[in-house]
Amino acid sequence: MLDLYGQKLSSRLLLGTALYPSPAVMAEAVKASGAEIVTVSLRRETCGGKAGGQFWSLVQSLGVRVLPNTAGCHSVEEAVTTARMAREVFGTNWIKLEVIGNHDTLQPDVFGLVDAARILVPEGFEVFPYTTDDLVVAGRLLDAGCRLLMPWCAPIGSARGPQNLDALRSLRGHFPGVPLIVDAGIGRPSHAAIVMELGYDAVLLNTAVAKAGDSVAMAAAFGKAVEAGHEAYGAGLLEPRDMAVPSTTLIGMAAFL
Amino acid sequence: MKLIVNGQGHEVAAETLAALLTELDFQGGWLATALNGEVVPARERGRCRLTEGDRIEILAPMKGG
Repeated sequence: MLDLYGQKLSSRLLLGTALYPSPAVMAEAVKASGAEIVTVSLRRETCGGKAGGQFWSLVQSLGVRVLPNTAGCHSVEEAVTTARMAREVFGTNWIKLEVIGNHDTLQPDVFGLVDAARILVPEGFEVFPYTTDDLVVAGRLLDAGCRLLMPWCAPIGSARGPQNLDALRSLRGHFPGVPLIVDAGIGRPSHAAIVMELGYDAVLLNTAVAKAGDSVAMAAAFGKAVEAGHEAYGAGLLEPRDMAVPSTTLIGMAAFL
Repeated sequence: MKLIVNGQGHEVAAETLAALLTELDFQGGWLATALNGEVVPARERGRCRLTEGDRIEILAPMKGG
């Protein structure tokens, strides 16, 4: 089973709750995916607390764990304050820590990310850092007290899929006991299967399901792909070969000439 | 007094954060508040006194990725 900060989980898919055609579709997609963790955020309340209350009631009715994010924060101070407010509202020490460094690529500011983690971990937060696939940064995050890593595989919402398999493989190789979750950039179930086949522990995605023609069907498809990739990794994959190798034996072939 | 609530100017009578929430009709245990960038837990809102020009953030759960 997947173990994230001591929580045992059957599903290896984490799902975002944004961008769906409707709240009802979001709820159905979460159920269809089998996800046991969904990401949520905090935003300014505009109608006396009612909009946030409705959304929160719906999420609570799903019976899943929530992983609040600090999405949109561009400074350490913003991210730390948002994390503290999220803990107050959602009643969890879990925080998906995002410190964005670039408006166009939504690339994490890895320096700010490490700084924010150093502040939050001693306060009892269990940090899920949204980071790049940089090996040295990953080490710094673990030094800061993060006990799992969430590297991107492509920019958020880009649907490009894994852009640097070598880097993802390297992270897996260097940190064998650390839960690794690919967060961001997954566009289709085959992308999810690819990173799971590398030995990643889980996948976090949102847009690929929310913006699919049929979010609920796509959520189910991602659930299967993640499971298939994980099982394949455990089963031991055949490495590619340069030459053809017949699968049917040549011994005992008939001689017609 | 004049306060900045969620980025908008407000003229209010409330002198504490708890009273401000009531005056602006914010209800619900799911709200998070901050005063001038510092988190104010729900249990401390009654004791949290406001002064002219304070910046208050009132946040609520929202969908996110």
